[in-house]
Amino acid sequence: MTGEVAVLGAGMHPWGKWGRGFVEYGTKAARAALADAGLEWSAIQSVVGANTVRCGYPGQVAGATFAKALGWQGARVTSVYAACASGARAIDTARAQILSGMADTVLVVGSDAAPKGFFAPAGGERPDDPDWLRFRVLGATNPAYFALWARRRMALYGDTAEDFARVKVKNAAAGAANRYARYRSPVTAEEVAASPVVADPLRLLDICATSDGAAALVLGSVETARRLGMARPVRIRAVSSVSPTHPRTALDLPDIATDSAPPGSPVPDPFRPSIARAAYEEAGLGPEDLSLAEVYDLSTALELEWYEDLGLCAPGEGAKLLREGATAPGGRIPVNPSGGLASFGEAVPAQAIAQVCELTWQLRGQAGERQVPGARAGITVNQGLFGHGSSVVAVR
Amino acid sequence: MSPTRVPVVDGWFTAEGGEFRLLGTCCRDCGTVYFPREDAYCRAPGCAGTELAEVPLSRRGRVWSYTDGRYRPPAPYPSDPERTWHPYTLIAVELTAERMVVLGQGAPGVTVADLAIGMEVEVVPGVLAEEDGRTLTTWHWRPVPGEGPVPGERRASEERPVPGEAS
Ligand SMILES: [Zn+2]
Repeated sequence: MTGEVAVLGAGMHPWGKWGRGFVEYGTKAARAALADAGLEWSAIQSVVGANTVRCGYPGQVAGATFAKALGWQGARVTSVYAACASGARAIDTARAQILSGMADTVLVVGSDAAPKGFFAPAGGERPDDPDWLRFRVLGATNPAYFALWARRRMALYGDTAEDFARVKVKNAAAGAANRYARYRSPVTAEEVAASPVVADPLRLLDICATSDGAAALVLGSVETARRLGMARPVRIRAVSSVSPTHPRTALDLPDIATDSAPPGSPVPDPFRPSIARAAYEEAGLGPEDLSLAEVYDLSTALELEWYEDLGLCAPGEGAKLLREGATAPGGRIPVNPSGGLASFGEAVPAQAIAQVCELTWQLRGQAGERQVPGARAGITVNQGLFGHGSSVVAVR
Repeated sequence: MSPTRVPVVDGWFTAEGGEFRLLGTCCRDCGTVYFPREDAYCRAPGCAGTELAEVPLSRRGRVWSYTDGRYRPPAPYPSDPERTWHPYTLIAVELTAERMVVLGQGAPGVTVADLAIGMEVEVVPGVLAEEDGRTLTTWHWRPVPGEGPVPGERRASEERPVPGEAS
């Protein structure tokens, strides 16, 4: 199939609260990815950095920051920001450079040193920034939005707090087997139920923490992979990149209100399923072909939403799919075998790259204890601010 | 002397004429309504409208979803860290005429236990916080007196609406 790029190498810095700078984490992840690819840094023709906004200046020119930290060698540099979708946008940028012939070997890096507690907007008096406004006027934190959606699932579909806890139990068990994960202990449903409510109905253990962490990939053309002796490289077959259509009727962070629909007009299709649909179309496969999925479980309830948006089950049947064990290790379609953000926490520019690292290891059969047997195709999905999102399909 | 009362954001609500209303804007060319207000240009694709008229939004709507904030949000939320944190309620309200969902805090005393999806609520004037000797005013949603949850809307599984739609 045309349009594929190869994953030459994947690497991570373990996630946690390490108290170091994001440049150090990212550089270590980059070196791990280079070592995995068997490439010298000097062989990299382009660096794409996923930006972090909390580290000021160097964080906003992440491509140049990592190129400097690894040692100036003249590579092309690019920096991208798309909030939680930054990593996927960085992968897409690298892919475009490879497919256009602009570069043969591209290093993609995302790294963050996250603050404790809620993610807050940048400082200052900025009433023209919707992200600033939602905190200023409503105190609407990210978990508040996750909770609005969780409550809605309970009302519409009959999901329960126990269903949500089941997601955490599943992902914590998977994360315990992942040496890069921040949380390496199993969690029980009782522990979730005993954790304090953050935003009703979600509790502390329903919501992912903020973390330090980094992930990196070395991408190249399929020909480059063959030249390097990789007979069957993991290939990225699709990176979706869709935006909603007006009027957008899903209330997503940081919005204070949805678009208004003109009188008498039809209700537009919901946006989120289009993220994966575009990736399936580009990849020429469907949910039935998947071996695994890595989804943004920013909250436990949100993971259930993704099952439906990925087409793993019908709308409203996410909790049923979970209860049947289909998304657990050994199930029909394991979701978040890495442990997910429940086990890693959020290191914003790194997490969409980390998802593709997990696909890579799973598709190569290198995932150890958490290996999905015979994995052939995997999908990731994520969303950034304003609800725009990306989905990556990788195959072997 | 009582503290000066200032709206937390200018131009988003008014009590002129005695009735408290949220204020949006409406494109003169295509009729699309905006809240928060859009004053520069219409965002409907295919519409080149730049004339937007101020319009009051519906006073009442139905609860689309709700939650609360059990932890103090970070700045710029106006909140004195020296004082005990009292959770606020956050209510997303679906306005039928505008076909849009608008977030707001619940009126004082309204907790998640008082709410249900589909319940009718109305917009009322409220106080967000005291800050630098000023009283910041805002809008609140409050259940319409005498209204319970609307039967059939709390568990609408038979009609399988898709979350994400302001149906
Ligand atoms: Zn217009």
